Amino acid sequence: MKYMFLIYSDPTAGPSPESPEFGAEMQQWFSYSQELGESGLMLGGEGLQGADTATTVQVRDGATITADGPFAETKEVLGGFYLVDAKDLDEAIAWAAKIPNVGYGSVEIRPVMEFDN
Amino acid sequence: MTDHEPPSPDRIPSPGSRRPTVVSPVEAAFRTEWPKIVATLTRELGDLQLAEDMAGEAFAEASRVWRTGGVPHRPGAWLLTTARRRAIDRLRRDRRFEDRIPHLAADLERQPETATLVDDQLALIFGCCHPALDDEARVALTLRSIGGLSTAQIARAFLVPEPTMAKRLVRAKKKIRAAGIPFTIPARDQLDARIDAVCGVIYAVFTEGHTASTGSAVLRGTLCDEAIWLAETLAGLMPDHDEVRALAALCLLTDARRATRTDDRGWPILLADQDRDRWNHDRIRDGMRHLVAAGAHAAHPGPYRLRAIVAAAHAGAPRYADTDWGSIIAVYRMMRDRGGGAIVELNLAVAIGERDGPAAGLAELDRVLASGQLDEYHYLHAARAELLRRSGAVDRARDGYARAIECCTNDAERAWLADRQDRLIADV
Repeated sequence: MKYMFLIYSDPTAGPSPESPEFGAEMQQWFSYSQELGESGLMLGGEGLQGADTATTVQVRDGATITADGPFAETKEVLGGFYLVDAKDLDEAIAWAAKIPNVGYGSVEIRPVMEFDN
Repeated sequence: MTDHEPPSPDRIPSPGSRRPTVVSPVEAAFRTEWPKIVATLTRELGDLQLAEDMAGEAFAEASRVWRTGGVPHRPGAWLLTTARRRAIDRLRRDRRFEDRIPHLAADLERQPETATLVDDQLALIFGCCHPALDDEARVALTLRSIGGLSTAQIARAFLVPEPTMAKRLVRAKKKIRAAGIPFTIPARDQLDARIDAVCGVIYAVFTEGHTASTGSAVLRGTLCDEAIWLAETLAGLMPDHDEVRALAALCLLTDARRATRTDDRGWPILLADQDRDRWNHDRIRDGMRHLVAAGAHAAHPGPYRLRAIVAAAHAGAPRYADTDWGSIIAVYRMMRDRGGGAIVELNLAVAIGERDGPAAGLAELDRVLASGQLDEYHYLHAARAELLRRSGAVDRARDGYARAIECCTNDAERAWLADRQDRLIADV
């Protein structure tokens, strides 16, 4: 089954870019991505620029409404994602639990909708 | 797909016993065979709802055929084969599952080996109690899929309208399917946490039956019976897991007091005033057996074992005066030191009051009260009022009962608290 890992965290919660911890966490991200890639489960994944660069689009009564900012204004914002193909939810959870910032952020696991044809 | 209701015996009121007075062969087979058949079919068909539907149809057929044709030599085997036949008929009409038919047809008569049957049932239990499901869904699914209770029975037990419960079950099964929640025994590094989740579901069923939080009845026996059956089933499947055995012990030892916990009006009877001859001594014996087994493996007692030790201290005392409060206090202190929370502090205070007198108990209780966490908890105010009464502070006891009544949502307990408040004046 395909699962999307939506990685949320409070941008102020992680190590700051100048700190040595930041470099260490970056290293963890590289190794995690590499490990996930080598497992054969990874279909894709990216980090995202900050929520202050986000634009939210809605169409209401035919009119396109664009708004500055993410869809929901919360402390934790979507910072990146992975798309994986795992055997079941337990395997997905096991991988999600290894994501480097899961100690202070959260990972939402969403099954990808599949269409019969 | 419809939610088929199997011809289960209506076990809803039957307090004290899960067996109805007259048991037909189908009803007798239902209790033992339902979870096995659902578990085997869930693995073979890969779909819980379909497994339940087919098991339901097999039992429906049994109640027609066995009456005239007699009970088969091996009822379980007959039921599984019948359910598989029904499944094949159903799958022929559903392209999604077509690839499973040859496998099913080839093994129509083959019965799972004991080890497979154990694994299948555990897999079913772990799936129904999966932490990706919300708490209410886990409880409902467990009672439905493993316990074999009908949607109507579960709805009645939890005092919710049947459509509400039906919706809850449908939503849970949809999540299982969509999110790919597996029916498997979890990986070793996850096992303990997942067993805790299962124990939590079973204990939630038990406490819901043991203390109804709202409504008029203090006890809802069926849920206690179900929880005990689930706990003992799980203990049978995982006999070497201490906390599972301890959970069974805790439920049995607590439930042993069921018949004496309320009077004819449904009012609570305090432990001190219960008729101990009427405690269920079979339950106590079974509970003690599980508790002894639960201590066999680990030196470090888990939370269920600690609670079971307290229940055993009560169950093992021939008279209230014989209660070993020292041991109970020691256990509560251990729980407190592990971060047991305010309820543990409350229980500890009450136990100290029993051993060292009302003044000592009140000193402890006032500390709990001062923490503010249990300010809305009626047991705290009732326990405090009781200790105040014993120490002769009638006016303060009356205020304590008033506060307890204010916080209590259970009708029978409110009436009982009001009665105790009235008696304060009569006692003076």
